[in-house]
Order: sequence, then C-alpha cells, then structure tokens
Amino acid sequence: MKKLLLASAAMALAGAASAQEVKIGVLLGFTGPLEALAPNMAAGAELAIAEVTAAGGILGGTKVTAVRGDSTCVDAAAATTAAERLVTSDRVAAIMGADCSGVTRAVLQNVARPNGILMISPSATSPALTTEESDGLFFRTSPSDARQGVVMAEIIKSRGLDTVAVTYVNNDYGKGLADSFQAAFEAVGGKVTLNAAHEDQKADYSAEVGALAAAGGQALVVAGYVGSGTNIVRNALDTGAFDLFVFPDGMVSQELEDRLGPDINGSFGQNPASAGEGAAKYHEMAKAAGYDGTSPFSAEAYDAAALIMFAMQAANSTDAKVFKDKVLDVANAPGEKILPGELARGLEILKAGGEIDYQGATDVELVNGREAAGSYREIEFRDGKLVVVGYR
Amino acid sequence: MDLGNALVVFLNFVFVPGLAYGAQLALGALGVTLVFGVLRFSNFAHGDTMAFGTMVTIFATWWLQGMGVSFGPLPTALIALPFGIAVTAAVVLATDRGVYRFYRRVRAAPVIFLIVSAGVMFVMNALVRFFIGVEDIAFADGGRFVVSAREWRELTGMQEGLAIRTTQALTLGVAIVAVALLFWFLNRTRTGKSMRAYADNEDLALLSGINPERVVAVTWIITAALATTAGVLYGLDKSFKAFTYFQLLLPIFAAAVVGGLGNPLGAIAGGFVIAFSEVAVTYAWRRVAAYALPEGWAPEGLMQLLSTDYKFAVSFAILIVVLLFKPTGLFKGKST
Repeated sequence: MKKLLLASAAMALAGAASAQEVKIGVLLGFTGPLEALAPNMAAGAELAIAEVTAAGGILGGTKVTAVRGDSTCVDAAAATTAAERLVTSDRVAAIMGADCSGVTRAVLQNVARPNGILMISPSATSPALTTEESDGLFFRTSPSDARQGVVMAEIIKSRGLDTVAVTYVNNDYGKGLADSFQAAFEAVGGKVTLNAAHEDQKADYSAEVGALAAAGGQALVVAGYVGSGTNIVRNALDTGAFDLFVFPDGMVSQELEDRLGPDINGSFGQNPASAGEGAAKYHEMAKAAGYDGTSPFSAEAYDAAALIMFAMQAANSTDAKVFKDKVLDVANAPGEKILPGELARGLEILKAGGEIDYQGATDVELVNGREAAGSYREIEFRDGKLVVVGYR
Repeated sequence: MDLGNALVVFLNFVFVPGLAYGAQLALGALGVTLVFGVLRFSNFAHGDTMAFGTMVTIFATWWLQGMGVSFGPLPTALIALPFGIAVTAAVVLATDRGVYRFYRRVRAAPVIFLIVSAGVMFVMNALVRFFIGVEDIAFADGGRFVVSAREWRELTGMQEGLAIRTTQALTLGVAIVAVALLFWFLNRTRTGKSMRAYADNEDLALLSGINPERVVAVTWIITAALATTAGVLYGLDKSFKAFTYFQLLLPIFAAAVVGGLGNPLGAIAGGFVIAFSEVAVTYAWRRVAAYALPEGWAPEGLMQLLSTDYKFAVSFAILIVVLLFKPTGLFKGKST
C-alpha cells in the first residue's frame, strides 16, 4: 500500500512536470505483418525525438517524449483503439504513424480528424491517401505508389521485358501498387498476364503460384511484404514457374538477400530511397544508436518525427490546428537545408524567425500538399548480393 | 496432344503441393480432433502449441548444428524433433495442471473451455514471440530436392519440369508414420483403448476403473507430439514465423470439422479435402488443357474456376455445406 501511495505521488509529480513536456505518439505495427520492420521504424522516430530533447527541446525548453502504440498493420479496429488511447489518455500532440495504408486511413478518419490531431505516416503508400479527406491533418514522408508504379514500369521496360505476371498482397498497399503499375506498364506497351492477389501470412501459396505459372510471363512482380513474398518466390523457383522476379519496396530488404540471395541473381526491383548525403549520415547515426537504419521506412520515420517537431517550433505551438499549416513550410524550400543530426540547428533558425528546408534522411520534398515526391533506387541481385544500380 | 506434359504440369502445381499441404493440415487436425474427442472442447491454442513446439525444435536444431551434428540429406531438425516434443509435452501438461484441470473439476461447459483455450493461445503466442522473435526463420538444411524442375527436364527430355522437395517427401513420410503409430496406439494398446472408452462415455469409463487424470495426461502428450511434428514439418517446408501458425488455425479447424470432429480418420480426410480444394478450385488449368487437348483447341482464357483471392472462401464454403447437410462431418464425428 505504501508503495502504491508513493507511486501515485510520483505520478502526480510527473503530471505536474508535463506542463513542460509534449508527447508524440509512435503508432506502428509492433505486432502483425510488419512486426519485423516496426522496431527499426520506431527507433528512427525516437532517435529524432531524443536528439531534439538532448538539444533542449522545442519552444524554448519543452521536452519531447515518445509514446508507443500498436497499429497491428491489419486490424483497423485495434489501430483505432490504440490511437484513441494515445490521444485521450496519453494526450499526444501528434502521431508519427500509422504504418500500413489501411489502418492509417482508419486512424485518420476515426481519431485524427475528430480530435484535431496531426499525423505523419512514414510508410503508408496507397494512392488512395493522396485524395483522402484530411482537414490538412495528414502528411506522409513516403511517396504514393502511383509514382512507384510508373517507376517500376519504366525499369521493367528498360530491361527489355514485355510480359509480366503480378501478385499483390491483398490490402490497400498491394492493390494500389498493382493497379497503378498495370496502368503504367500497359501505357508503355507492356502486358500483364495476370494481376492476382495473395493474402499475407497465409499458410501456403501453392495455389497462387500455380495460377501465376499458368498465366505465364517473362517475370513475376511480387508486390507484397518480405515474409510471405519470399515464400512465394521460393515456391515459384522450386516449381520452375518463374526464374526472374521484380521486387517493389515492401520486398527489398536484407532478409530477402539472406534467404534467397544466390537463387535470384538477375532479379531486380526498386524502393524509395535517396542517394543524398542525408541518407548516409542517418545510417551512421542509426548504427551508433544500435539499430539498422537501412531497414525500410526507418529513415522516413525519423523524418516524420523531425517534421512534426519543426512544425511545432515554427508555429510556436503544440496545437495541431495551428502547427499543421507549418509542415509544408519546414519541409520544402525556401530556407536553410537541414540534414539528420542537425535538428538542433534547424530549431534555432526557426526560433530566430528564419526558414528551413528540411532535407532529412530521405531528401524530404512534399508534393500534392501532403506526400513525398519520391526518389527510388533501382536494385539488382548480383552474385547473391543486393546491389544498388542507380537512382530514378 | 501431349498427355505426358499435361500430367507433369498437374503433378507439379496441383498434386504434389496439395499432398504436402494436406498432410500438414491432417496432422494439425488430428491434434484438434483428439482434444475434442477426449477432453470435449475446441482447443484454440493448438496453432500456437505448434508454434511453440517448432520453436523448441529450432533451438535444439541450432544447438545440434553448433555441435556439428547433421543428418546427411535430411534436415537436422528431425533429430531435434523428439526434444521439441518432450519440452512441448511438459509445457502442455503444466498448462493442463495450472489451467484446464480447474475447469474440469468444476465441470465447466465446453464453451468456457473454448474461451480458456483462447487465453492459453494468447499466452503461448506471446511466449513464442518473446523467445524467438517475430522474424521469418528458415531452419531447413540438408538436400533441398528429391528431384528439381531442371533435373526432371534434363532427365526425361520433357518440356515441363516436376519438382519434389525433400521436405515435401519428408512431410508425407513422417505423416504416414505418425498416423500409423497413432492408430496402432488407439486401437491396440490398453491405454489407447481406455482413451477411446473415456471419449465414448465418461461415466461408464470411470465406473470401469479408468483413471481419468491418466487419460487426460496421455491425450495431452499425444497432442503435443502431433502439434510439434506438424509444426516442424510445416516450418521445414515453408519457413517458421510466429504469425503464420496463428493463421493456420482456421484451415486446421475447417479440416477437423469437415472430417467430423472427434474422428481421427475424418481429420486426415478433412486435411486433404481442404488442401486439394484450395489448390484445385483456384488453379488455372490453361496449361494442363493446352497439353491435354488436341492442337488448336488450346483455350484463350486462364480456365480458372475462382480467383486465388477466394482460396479461403473455398474451404469455408465446404465447411458450411458439410455443416448444413452432414453436421457430423464426412466421417461420423460429434455434432456439438
């Protein structure tokens, strides 16, 4: 009982101190299909927050802290509950998240808009989110897949392939990407023999691979997540259905190289990434902090968190209704260019009334009033290794 | 017309994968059906028991690999399997002690047992994630293929390849052995007979002096063995990931119900029915047809009955039809 009293006293003290503290929700799929990526994404966001707090915080001494919530990636109801808890119980000022497109949409409509909370997603890439009603409260540091579809069509065409089969993970992300790719590929004269869905995390993909093999094509586009996608590729290789594969962003990862490396030489793909010095710098910072910064969407998460804090500083407010208008100002030109690790300098410029053009780890440039323009790196497997062959 | 190639395409994309998947489902469904038959509840924790057993086996496999032990062309995990079964059996027995026994004492309704097992499922699920993590883990070693698609083409000079993976052959082999052992045990041994008697009529079995705690314990041990074996075979054939085992629960229950809950023979049949219907109904038959039909008759379309999106729907359609017209399942099971 004594302990309990002590604890509640401490809680009361902490509550009093929080006048000088602002919280940012980190809403990612710590369980579910993206659970392998989420820790590195959260670490990215928390690194930015720690960097700012170490530099004395924002708004002249307000500490910033992160509160995690589990979006589950697939369960809209669970994600909404988690977001609601962040907003009503933890009283976050903004949300860094969510991760998957479907739950992001649900959280935006059910929690962010009704409560007037700003959210910046690091990884929701569905084209539908470009036009989703948002009251100016939604941004993303990842590009729309409409863009990726075009880039992928160009890459495939430039390699002299005319017919491909497509399998996509059956959700907002997969469907959006597959459809935008099919449209772009057919526009440049290619042919998609079959555009079929697969469920993520399913027990067995024999049926999917069988149908794709029957449809045929020179290569198989696997628009899914690395876990299940790898199993599909493995199955297609084993049955001799395909030996050339195209990997969009959800697939490009170390795990793919580890598990399939030598078997998929010649296969290629692309993911959002920039060649800039910001990326290299971020990877170093991540290494020093003890996590993998090259993991997909980790850099985007860092940038999303940084943008939130810059916008707060620029607006001199932690009220989303006020600082939502500043996100585009701090993300785009004109202004001083800010790289990862220089967040303190950016805050100072803003404090002095100057302007910044946040570059961050991913060369942030927001278009359509809310999303990253998107630069992609083209990768290829050579001698069992994932090699970067260029940027588009 | 080329019936040979048509047959090879069919075997490669429908028959072989369906057979392996069916065997995995059958082993899983056997465990579910056994618990239902003897302990009279639907064990939702079965999928995660499979994950747990596989996890222990993977740890043992790593340890063996670290010691430099290997099993030639067969995966090392086979040697580690008994160890995995032993640990899982111990954990499952402890769960029974700590959780299920209480509800048995108060003679709780089956639906309460079901909810309790869902609780156990979440705990198991969390334990697995905690110990081994959430990433995909490939732990198969040894030879990958009995015959690969390329080898087949070179060997026979046929246009189409047939691939049979070691793990697929292994799955079938181990499944046959496991089922044979189970049936021998249930039908020939004294303990097995007492289990069947207990399942048939609990009160009568108690009156005849059958020790209920012993029957329950033996049931759990067998369930743990089946779950671990099914989980390891599945993980070898695909890869291990905590989340997929949770997902596997649905087709496994579909298989058990279709076959008739509580009937071991039905569980096996159900596993294959579900697996083959998932693969065959959604398969695009164009290539098979192109070979099998006379020249010039080759179809333009894919000849696909249902898109693969509806794979799940197929097993559940079968499930509903069976429940509507033959609620006890294809083989006589229990309808409650």
